[in-house]
Amino acid sequence: MTINPDLQGRSYPAKEVYDVGREKIREFARAVKATHPAHFELDAAKALGHGDLVAPPTFAIIVAQRADAQLIEDPDSGIDFSRVVHADQRFIHHRPIVAGDRLVAELHVDGVRAMGGGAMITTRSEIFALTADGAAAGEVDDAAREAVATATSSILVRGEGQ
Amino acid sequence: MTPTLSELTVGQDIGSLTIDVTRTDLVKYAGASGDFNPIHWNEAFATSVGLPGVIAHGMFTMGSAVQLVSDWAGDPAAVVDFQTRFTKPVPVSDTTGTAEAGAVIEVSGAVGAIDADKGTARVDLTVTCAGQKVLVKAQAVVRLA
Repeated sequence: MTINPDLQGRSYPAKEVYDVGREKIREFARAVKATHPAHFELDAAKALGHGDLVAPPTFAIIVAQRADAQLIEDPDSGIDFSRVVHADQRFIHHRPIVAGDRLVAELHVDGVRAMGGGAMITTRSEIFALTADGAAAGEVDDAAREAVATATSSILVRGEGQ
Repeated sequence: MTPTLSELTVGQDIGSLTIDVTRTDLVKYAGASGDFNPIHWNEAFATSVGLPGVIAHGMFTMGSAVQLVSDWAGDPAAVVDFQTRFTKPVPVSDTTGTAEAGAVIEVSGAVGAIDADKGTARVDLTVTCAGQKVLVKAQAVVRLA
């Protein structure tokens, strides 16, 4: 199956809310062998001026890859996950992610480029924190959300024999 | 001591970091991140798709390498922009039951650029495994006082 060229320009609206928990920040920090106390101790995070435990710089990948899954699992995309290779990744942080944040991600397919028998697909997750309690993802206007991070990734979907 | 922008110079070394990686580390990262692609934990699957064996998540390498920058800057939230390209896989051999690492990642960093107007410095990371660069254009922009 080939990659659907019409994917370029497609967007997937924010769906489920990701609640950032303190133990998840600690778990992720341990998993990337981070030892900075701002990931583990509330006092250390507050001493640096943060409201709660601070997520490591690549923590947003959890939310971004959930958003990417919408595209990869879209039967219309033609993407075979077992042939996907991560080619590049970038995070731009508009403000730090801290415990207690309620995050949503809008996914944009910025580029689809044929390469050999496969394709390079560039996606961008715009990650927001909901600012109003109980606001549902996808139904919030800009007044009820704050830009937190932009995560851009390119994946190479290998063609047959690549 | 926390670095200050006015005292930095381009080319300045920010230090280095050695990361020992085991198969257990990859299972932990899979659980923490939600990325359960079997190429990162199942040898038979990894070889069946043409890999030399189980390889580390690119995001494990990226996420662990940046600790050099977080610790140097004094605040992980100082990292406002972080990017890389993944060029070579990091094969992690099965050393279960021993004290050996399955792979060793070497990270070093140097100041690549300073933007006084924005109050940021760019740190360029060199990330290698077994003498080969595994990340390319690994750059972290750090906001400093």
